[in-house]
Amino acid sequence: MRVEVDHTRCAAVGRCAGIAPEVFDQREDDGVVILLDAAPPDSDRVREAALLCPAAAIVVHENAAPTPGTPITPRGSHV
Amino acid sequence: MPELKALPIAARAAECPFDPAPELREMLHEDELRRIKVPSPLLGEFEAVAVTRYDDARSLLSDDRLLTGQSLPTQPGNLLSYDGAEHSRLRRMLTGFFTTKRARALRPMIDDVVASRLDALAAAGPGTDLVQAFCAPIPTQVICELLGVPYADREDFRHRAEVALDVNATREEQIQKATDMQAYMAGLVARHRDEPGDNLLGGIVRDHGDELTDIELMGIGNMLLIAGHETITSMLAVAIALLLQHPDQLAIVRDEPSAVDGAVEELLRYCTPATILPRQAAASMCVRGQQIEEGERVVVSILAANRDPRGTGRDLDRLDVRRPPQPHMAFGHGPHQCLGQQLARTELRAALPALFARFPTLRLAVPADEVDYKTTALVFGVRTLPVAW
Ligand code: HEM
Repeated sequence: MRVEVDHTRCAAVGRCAGIAPEVFDQREDDGVVILLDAAPPDSDRVREAALLCPAAAIVVHENAAPTPGTPITPRGSHV
Repeated sequence: MPELKALPIAARAAECPFDPAPELREMLHEDELRRIKVPSPLLGEFEAVAVTRYDDARSLLSDDRLLTGQSLPTQPGNLLSYDGAEHSRLRRMLTGFFTTKRARALRPMIDDVVASRLDALAAAGPGTDLVQAFCAPIPTQVICELLGVPYADREDFRHRAEVALDVNATREEQIQKATDMQAYMAGLVARHRDEPGDNLLGGIVRDHGDELTDIELMGIGNMLLIAGHETITSMLAVAIALLLQHPDQLAIVRDEPSAVDGAVEELLRYCTPATILPRQAAASMCVRGQQIEEGERVVVSILAANRDPRGTGRDLDRLDVRRPPQPHMAFGHGPHQCLGQQLARTELRAALPALFARFPTLRLAVPADEVDYKTTALVFGVRTLPVAW
């Protein structure tokens, strides 16, 4: 899948970083989203983060092949 | 024009205080946006547009022509007193302190606070009021940590906060304690100015102290106290009262660590303790082809909106702690949405399972229909919650 974030819409409340920390983080100073992986392996948590983003600032493109050079193995821990 | 209906917009159904009042439900299914008369101790009775649909609430709350600042007396440093550029300037100074990572880093401290309250509860024994023994002290202790209130001052701090925020206290008592609290905050800010503490308020002074006046810093401290105390107290109390009446759902919260995050979201959605959000239109605007005039007041019932089934194909009147992810507005929406929401989630995720694990036989010590709910208050809560085990 391919993920896009809109920094100008982001409400900086960190829903995404709570749900899918392997793909989303927040800037230290103002909490705005940091996209750690724009082409993560297929993940329901990423879909959930997009669904629950209170600013609708996350777009997930399904069926997008990982771009060359991006990791295809899952990162982060499953909890 | 027919006479407008007077309706405490925060109203909940008499027979089931978790549900919106029947009038709100009726409005939820009407196409027309209704005006109602809202009785308000702060503003007198006023007329307002009532918003109950999920989509309407979402679009209005993210519209910057709808202001919060005008519907309340101005308090410097309180985010709800500002709108537009002034609001985002102040909010951006604070968001870095309320990230998911910061909330997670506070978890061990919160676990300690919860553990100490569980010990206190065990010592107090069956028959104890859970609000006084558990639900209120947890957020107060957490706020003390965030503001850097020294241990020696905490008992006084708690007492002042409780009276200042207690709806049952007399007006004189409230004003007295609020004045005392103001003086105390002034002292705290002065200490952080001298030597910024290793906590949230200290961090704000360290990073943004040159951009903020002492009055604003005191206002920030007060805002965190007001916003973070009654909401968490109420949410804990009503969620516990609700789960004690749904033992199957309680068992999931108690026994399935992987279900806790989702369960807390469902409880937030279902209870929506901050029941309504007041606004005022800075310009005339349109919702589904209907006009809201400049200057009109608007009240958004996020309680009703969180039950609006349109477009979901789901029964949102049922409590289901295993529900698939369901967006909700219990923390509001748009620029003013709750700054402390990750902290709030962390407190709820820590406190609820720990309580039920420690007291597996916990039960209401009064019949369920005698629980004393605050059914028309802006923040839905219970006055007392006697429990036994
Ligand atoms: C279950 C607990 C909580 C609930 C249900 C809740 C709910 C809300 C809601 C609905 C709003 C939006 C108000 C509006 O738009 O008019 C809000 C705003 C706010 N909340 Fe919370 N809250 C909770 C806990 C907390 C905590 C723990 C803190 C911080 C210690 C906090 C700090 C704030 C602040 C500062 C605002 C104002 C934000 C702004 O105007 O930009 N809240 N909260």
